[in-house]
Amino acid sequence: MSYVGEKTLTALPSLLSLDSQPGPAKLSSTSKLGNLIRGITELTSKHEEEKLIQRELESIKEQVSSPNTSMRQMKELMVRAIYCESLGYEASFVYIHAIKLAQQGTALEKRVGYLAVSLFLNESHELLLLLVNTVLKDLQSTNLIEVCMALTVVSQIFPKEMIPAILPLVEEKLNHPKEIIRRKAVLALYKFYLIAPNQVQHIHNKFRKALCDKDPGVMTASLHIYLQMIQENPEGYKDLTGSFVNILKQVVGGKLPIDFNYHSVPAPWLQIHLLRILSFLGKNDLRTSELIYEVLDESLRRAEMNRNITYAILYECVKCIYTIHPKSNLLEKAAKCIGNFVLSPDINLKYLGLKALTYVIQQDPKMALQHQMTIIECLDHPDLIIKRETLELLFRITNAQNVVVIVEKMLEFLQNSPDDYTTIDLVGKVAELAEKYAPDNEWFIETMNTVFSLGGDTMQPDIPNSFLKLLSEGFDSVEEDRKLRLFAVDSYVSLLQGETRKLPQCFLQVISWVLGEYSHLSEDHNRSTVLRLLEKLLDMKQTSSETKCWILMAMTKLCEGTAGVCVAQQVSETYISSMDTVLRQRAQELQHLSQDSELREEVLPRDSGLDPMEIDSSLSFLDEFVSGALAAGAAPYKPPHQRQEELAEAKVLSLEPYGLALPISMSSCSITDRHSPTPLSMSSGLSGDSTDVSHRAGLKLDGVQRVWGRDGYLAKKESVEEAAPVQGLTPVHSPSLQNEGDGSHSQTPTPTPTPEPDREKEQLASSLFFGVSSQSSVCLMGKPDSTFNRRRKAKVQAPGVTEQLSSSVAPVSNAVDNLLCNNLQDSNINSVSAASSKQTCELSPRVPAANGTCNTDCGLPESDRKRSNLSISRDNGLVDADSALSEDQGSRSDLCPSSYLPAELCGLYRSEIAPLCTAHSLELSACHVHQGDDMILIIFISNSSDSQVLQIRLDLKSEQLKVTCVSDSSVENIKSHTVAVYQYSLAVKRPGVDVEVDGTLSFLLPAGTPQTKHFSYKLPLTAFIRPLLISTEEYGTMWLGFSHEVKQNLTLVDDGCEPLTFTLNLLKNRLQLHLVEIIGLEGILACRLLQNQPCLMHCRVHAGALAVWLRSPVPELPDCLVYHCQRVLQEK
Amino acid sequence: MMRFMLLFSRQGKLRLQKWYTATAERDKKKMVRELMQIVLARKPKMCSFLEWRDLKIVYKRYASLYFCCAIEEQDNELITLEVIHRFVELLDKYFGSVCELDIIFNFEKAYFILDEFLMGGEIQDTSKKSVLKAIEQSDLLQEDCKESHTKIFAL
Repeated sequence: MSYVGEKTLTALPSLLSLDSQPGPAKLSSTSKLGNLIRGITELTSKHEEEKLIQRELESIKEQVSSPNTSMRQMKELMVRAIYCESLGYEASFVYIHAIKLAQQGTALEKRVGYLAVSLFLNESHELLLLLVNTVLKDLQSTNLIEVCMALTVVSQIFPKEMIPAILPLVEEKLNHPKEIIRRKAVLALYKFYLIAPNQVQHIHNKFRKALCDKDPGVMTASLHIYLQMIQENPEGYKDLTGSFVNILKQVVGGKLPIDFNYHSVPAPWLQIHLLRILSFLGKNDLRTSELIYEVLDESLRRAEMNRNITYAILYECVKCIYTIHPKSNLLEKAAKCIGNFVLSPDINLKYLGLKALTYVIQQDPKMALQHQMTIIECLDHPDLIIKRETLELLFRITNAQNVVVIVEKMLEFLQNSPDDYTTIDLVGKVAELAEKYAPDNEWFIETMNTVFSLGGDTMQPDIPNSFLKLLSEGFDSVEEDRKLRLFAVDSYVSLLQGETRKLPQCFLQVISWVLGEYSHLSEDHNRSTVLRLLEKLLDMKQTSSETKCWILMAMTKLCEGTAGVCVAQQVSETYISSMDTVLRQRAQELQHLSQDSELREEVLPRDSGLDPMEIDSSLSFLDEFVSGALAAGAAPYKPPHQRQEELAEAKVLSLEPYGLALPISMSSCSITDRHSPTPLSMSSGLSGDSTDVSHRAGLKLDGVQRVWGRDGYLAKKESVEEAAPVQGLTPVHSPSLQNEGDGSHSQTPTPTPTPEPDREKEQLASSLFFGVSSQSSVCLMGKPDSTFNRRRKAKVQAPGVTEQLSSSVAPVSNAVDNLLCNNLQDSNINSVSAASSKQTCELSPRVPAANGTCNTDCGLPESDRKRSNLSISRDNGLVDADSALSEDQGSRSDLCPSSYLPAELCGLYRSEIAPLCTAHSLELSACHVHQGDDMILIIFISNSSDSQVLQIRLDLKSEQLKVTCVSDSSVENIKSHTVAVYQYSLAVKRPGVDVEVDGTLSFLLPAGTPQTKHFSYKLPLTAFIRPLLISTEEYGTMWLGFSHEVKQNLTLVDDGCEPLTFTLNLLKNRLQLHLVEIIGLEGILACRLLQNQPCLMHCRVHAGALAVWLRSPVPELPDCLVYHCQRVLQEK
Repeated sequence: MMRFMLLFSRQGKLRLQKWYTATAERDKKKMVRELMQIVLARKPKMCSFLEWRDLKIVYKRYASLYFCCAIEEQDNELITLEVIHRFVELLDKYFGSVCELDIIFNFEKAYFILDEFLMGGEIQDTSKKSVLKAIEQSDLLQEDCKESHTKIFAL
């Protein structure tokens, strides 16, 4: 449409002159709007424009308020007012007139009125209420156009709380004879569903009718609603899968009227919608997915045309194929499709290809190898968007071997990063990679330095926090810790000796903390040098007062010797009269502690980093003061709610707002709040010396392939027997050949001559993709690096409990396994899998053997196929031996997973065994077991196929829970018809109403393709609640000590005589609380969250309801518990 | 679902804006300003998709006008490009080879066409004919615009 440009220029004079062009478009420039627009284009300065518009608005204002203005003139005025508003000048005086116009005008004027309303007002504007009546009237109009307008405005802007008023009328329109009205009505209902889903719940069956509408347009419209509903609850709509598949088949087959074609592709929007719906339905569901495969294949086939729109459909197909239960031949086609996208010269397609690649790369790292050259090119692409996406992709395939190159690329990008959003995100990623894979100390510190200076003060606070935590907690070896700290100190001293003005505040804070804590390690720099450097920082005017606090803290730790004391005195004198109280306090501390070195030793002992700080949130050290005051006759402290309550009782009139009548909606709105963490701000100067950094300093592991396990590098085992194919260097290598390569385990790579042109790029490629596929890990074996292994360990596992667990529990569980199965002899080759395979048995072969079919499907060249057959038969040999073994166990044991419960857990209270997911022939199920004060999560993986599944890896993570592996999780291979059992111990990190564990299962199919599967397991918080046995006195003292309180009115369950006792007993039994005492109309209960976090509950019957206060030292706990109490009482 | 659609000129003048989710006036202004800056700074051969805040931006330039849509994470970028294209086709058909001035002088018409094409952020009608038919029906009521009928009927 480049001609449009020229046309604009040629049209300009004629448009602005008096002669108006015919046609619907060209508004006569003699009109007032025309004049106004022309007037504005002629102006040269903003100021003049302002004046002109003000004048215009004045005149509009005058005319709209005049009673003689006709509706027709009003319409014209309204258009002008809209124009003025669009230029950014407020014309709020016309809003009311816009509503009037919509109300009183004839159809056309009405349309402008509605348009003006939708442009002027937003959904919460109070004037909108005046529109309701107009809409009601128009909905009942016999004029179709008026009905259309009303429906349009309703879907555009309508107050949520007024929906019930018009809902019946909109619903009625679903039966309207005109399809355009039905269609708009459906879309209006869709909008209602989005903003107020519970209001339209009762008309779900009408949606079905719309879905079956004879007009394809109405049917299409109804899909919007279905997409939304299915996304929220796929289980409820599985029965519709067949219908959706049928519709898609018809559309793809060209059965729709030609009107629906877009650039000769049949109804692409409809196709894409259906594909999205199907992918939700088929996700994690083999049976539903099987219904979908055929139509997906068909869509892929039909869409092979070089049109933009067909690419859109292809892309959606690919997304769908990777979302639903995998099928090998479709996956292959999808991979080819992604390849086409990536290689496309069209930059948009290339971008989407990269995105798709990022998405699938975790499931199939080999895709990265296939496209490495393109990836390298994209890394240097002039378009930052492409570059950014490429980095994202690389981030997903980072491992210990390529981390240096990838981080370098990321930092390079950051140097000229365009916006804060990207910076924050990337900086976080670099920090994560550095912590996880850093090859050595120097690199780690230097990378983190760059992170701090680039990330500046915009980056997330947990980056510096976890960095300091890492430094202070250290790793296993004292010597290594010392070196790391020393290097940090040296690097910071030299930094401070250079230009410091550009360093961000948070970096300065990190520097001062490290220098304060660890300068004594360095022999090159004596303390006075460091002190002087710090002093220099204090004098800089850029330094914020928060940073100054950190610096003063550091100085307090360092001032020693006469020179030090002298500097300290000088500095403290400057700041002792500061306006900032915190700063003043720090200065005071510095002054006193610098004079009294003994006291300083005591207050700030060196190397105290490892001792956990105890924070007494109950302020118990004030007890004495309180009791003294009480003895002296002071009134006991009453918390605000109690005071208010008493006040209310005294006055009879309740001053409190009424509680919400619907407990459901009440709880649902508090849930959202509940999830918000309460971050502990450690960046404040007050806590500068504390090492107890933020709660959530843990690593975020999502999206990162797990390379390191408890036993070191996970890929190491299979790489031992493999040759070292440097496939990273051979882009011409066909993918299928590579697939075979690791399927058969024995293939030595044929050295392929590398294409000449770009040696440099190839070098980059080989460094980037090193170690990406499991077989190219040669270097690993030669270099069993230990530092970063430890670094990762120290990061991932919290010190204390976990470490102890991981060191001591593993042998124990082995012993248990041996106990369990001591009658079975182990004839296995793989020693690691021994423990679990011993307790396995045969499962009924429900799923047909998958490996044979998927190997023959692939369409390999003849020679490859032969080899693959060979490998299969060898595998089968293995399987035979195994199944013989398991068969004879099978006769002795049951088929269901519950019979695999470890012996020590049998007989304990446990949840139902719930299925988690299925992946090929593997079925995952899980349950949780209450074992005293421990919560044990047990995951069963049963292999129902006839072949062994290799290299099973189970990774669990959770933001809310601490997951510790109890059993020996290195069970790697599961033989056919056996069940492997994994045990994890769970502890609550951050309470929520429900807590969830996310898991990733990865394994190798017999064909050699690695697979991953995600699943999640949810359990209610109540599973972690135990009674807390305390007396009323103890309760009293504890109550005063807890700071977080929640108050809520609950329904009182009445059984006839003693409602309070009955209700409390109900809560006690259902939630495992301890009923401490009931006194009159009040009752107190206590419980604790595992391991040992108390929560106290104080109930009181008040005005027919149960007023409840909960207190706990854990911020989120009372809120969650109150939710469960509500649930229990509601169920009753 | 589409969150909003903006039309602005190469000089950074906003010509049309349509918001499909409730957004505060101040945020709207800020977002428009920010987006215009980003999009206008991009060179012709660059990718039409951006990731911006939590949204995906799809934009395309037609002559001196930029059409810019914000969509959600799971939406399809390519089909959104086609939404833009179809909208341009509709404008073109209605105005008879459209140019920026048509949209400046008749912005309310452009809004009507957009409303007939998209509703609540979703495509309402993909058939070019029926969208124009709906507009035409409403236009028929407009006595004072005779030329427009003849033009429309000629289509």
